[in-house]
Amino acid sequence: MVNSVAVVQSPVVKNDSQIKIRDIKRIFHDVSGNEIVALQKVDLDIKKGEFISLIGPSGCGKSTLLRLIAGLDTPTAGKIYFDEAVIEKPDHERGLVFQDPTLFPWLNIYENVSAGLKARKVFQEHKAEVQEYIRLVGLSGFEKSYPFQLSGGMAQRAALARAMVNGSKVLLLDEPLGALDAFTRMYMQDEILRIWEKKGTTMVLVTHDIDEAIYLCDKIIVMTARPGKIQAIIDVPMGRPRNRNHPDFLLLRSKILETLHFAKENNLSYYI
Amino acid sequence: MSQADSGIRIANKPGNQELWLARFRKFFPVLPVLALLAALAVHLLLPNRPVPKITSTYTFLVLGVLFIYLIFNIVSIWVANLRKKINNTAPIISVVILLVLIWDLVTLKLNLLDYRFFPNPDAVFNVFITDWHALGINLLYSLRLFFLGVSIGTVIGLIAGVAMGWNKTCSYWLHPLQRVIGAIPATAWLPIALVAAPTTLFASVFLVALATVFPVTVMTSTGVSNVKNTYFEVARTLGANHDYLIFRVAIPAALPTIFIGMFNAFCSAFLVLVVAEQAGIKAGIGWYMNFQVGMLQYQEMYACIILIALTFSGLITILFAVRSRMLVWQRGVIQW
Repeated sequence: MVNSVAVVQSPVVKNDSQIKIRDIKRIFHDVSGNEIVALQKVDLDIKKGEFISLIGPSGCGKSTLLRLIAGLDTPTAGKIYFDEAVIEKPDHERGLVFQDPTLFPWLNIYENVSAGLKARKVFQEHKAEVQEYIRLVGLSGFEKSYPFQLSGGMAQRAALARAMVNGSKVLLLDEPLGALDAFTRMYMQDEILRIWEKKGTTMVLVTHDIDEAIYLCDKIIVMTARPGKIQAIIDVPMGRPRNRNHPDFLLLRSKILETLHFAKENNLSYYI
Repeated sequence: MSQADSGIRIANKPGNQELWLARFRKFFPVLPVLALLAALAVHLLLPNRPVPKITSTYTFLVLGVLFIYLIFNIVSIWVANLRKKINNTAPIISVVILLVLIWDLVTLKLNLLDYRFFPNPDAVFNVFITDWHALGINLLYSLRLFFLGVSIGTVIGLIAGVAMGWNKTCSYWLHPLQRVIGAIPATAWLPIALVAAPTTLFASVFLVALATVFPVTVMTSTGVSNVKNTYFEVARTLGANHDYLIFRVAIPAALPTIFIGMFNAFCSAFLVLVVAEQAGIKAGIGWYMNFQVGMLQYQEMYACIILIALTFSGLITILFAVRSRMLVWQRGVIQW
């Protein structure tokens, strides 16, 4: 048992939270009709402006949880509240960014970033913000380019701008940097931090990368697979910007690895 | 030095053959001029076999083409793009001119073919001068039929295709209809259409629309149902409503496939149009062609064929131009 790891016992109702996940269960059925329990008894509170990440092995239901918060999926049992209202369908206040940028290939970058505003018919009121967010993600001068002309990192930044310009209070990031190379990924992590600090949007990040989670987040939610459950919630008590080689950083990483049963005792070189 | 090494060196240098080709390429623009002069020489210098009449149309046509070609070449001194285009098309233009030369040779000069069924080029080209009025009127009739039929068929096809691709119930009811009715060639409806429809225009528009509607429906529904689900999910998290998902996501995403359907539709519309005109509608280029064959005016028929070829390939060119414009966002547009 690791000392500083708080193991979740039971749902605690906190009323100041922006997102409240209460006793969520999600069951899928496979081709032959067998039940697959993707999520079991999940309780979580996310405060406004918090940067949290969900990590865990493949199949632990972290993406499922993110889709439930987005409203793209409905839980088998339990409820998720966003600003005290039950989430039933997707809403622009909860923006989603996938691993694949999924920009609309038939629209240029400017049109992609303004797609949400146009879909909600509020483009005229927020026209200035489109340009502002394009500048914020460093894509000025690429407004007329089509997605196929952009690199992976640039496309992902455009996808971030598209979600944020739309008045999102929460950004749900489903492994947004997973497909990028190591250098672009580190650069993008700083970009996301910069935008988060500037805009104060609540961030929920799904990632496989423990370093990324420690580098970015206030809180790390460790999940286990089959059935998907929250195993531990780990606070990251470090100021920003964080140094990836700081002893505290390395210690926290080894604790998370232990929680995930990957690390051997005193062996920091064992690393996913 | 190993053999592989020397092999690479030779491959890096332009080979003898390539050098020869590069040197020869400079003379490509001269080839059409030579071909035109040869055609003129054959036509003017060799004696004619007995035919009903011979005009100066062919001579003036060859001179006209020569004149225009030279003008293009002079302009191309200042326009690099045109220069490239001329260099590129010169060989095939020369071959086309040579084919016309051979045609002139075997008909008018050597009389190898029956002149009543295989008229000489002068007689065929002369039709465009003596009979342009009738050709033009009938072409306009055909174009009216084409645009009416294709627009109606495309609109219905798009609506049915989107409905089938989007909605499971629509797909359930429309799919068997499309399978069974779509398998019947549109020309098979001709006898019924001619009897049942109030006017022949109505009947022919119905047939062309029928030939258009199925290819467009099939490709539209395929395109719409294959749109990646993540596009819809992203659009929904951006706050898109139902209309946005159909008109701003499903249809644009399906557009490349829809254009393939349109291309197929154009081709089957051409076929049905000409057959319908030949079989019972008393107007249009197909009807005029049949009418002239009945009068044993084969030069008129060949003129109609040339006109049909130019018109239909022109329509396809327009379709491709529209497609290239609308699909600029596609990486490496599909080559046809």
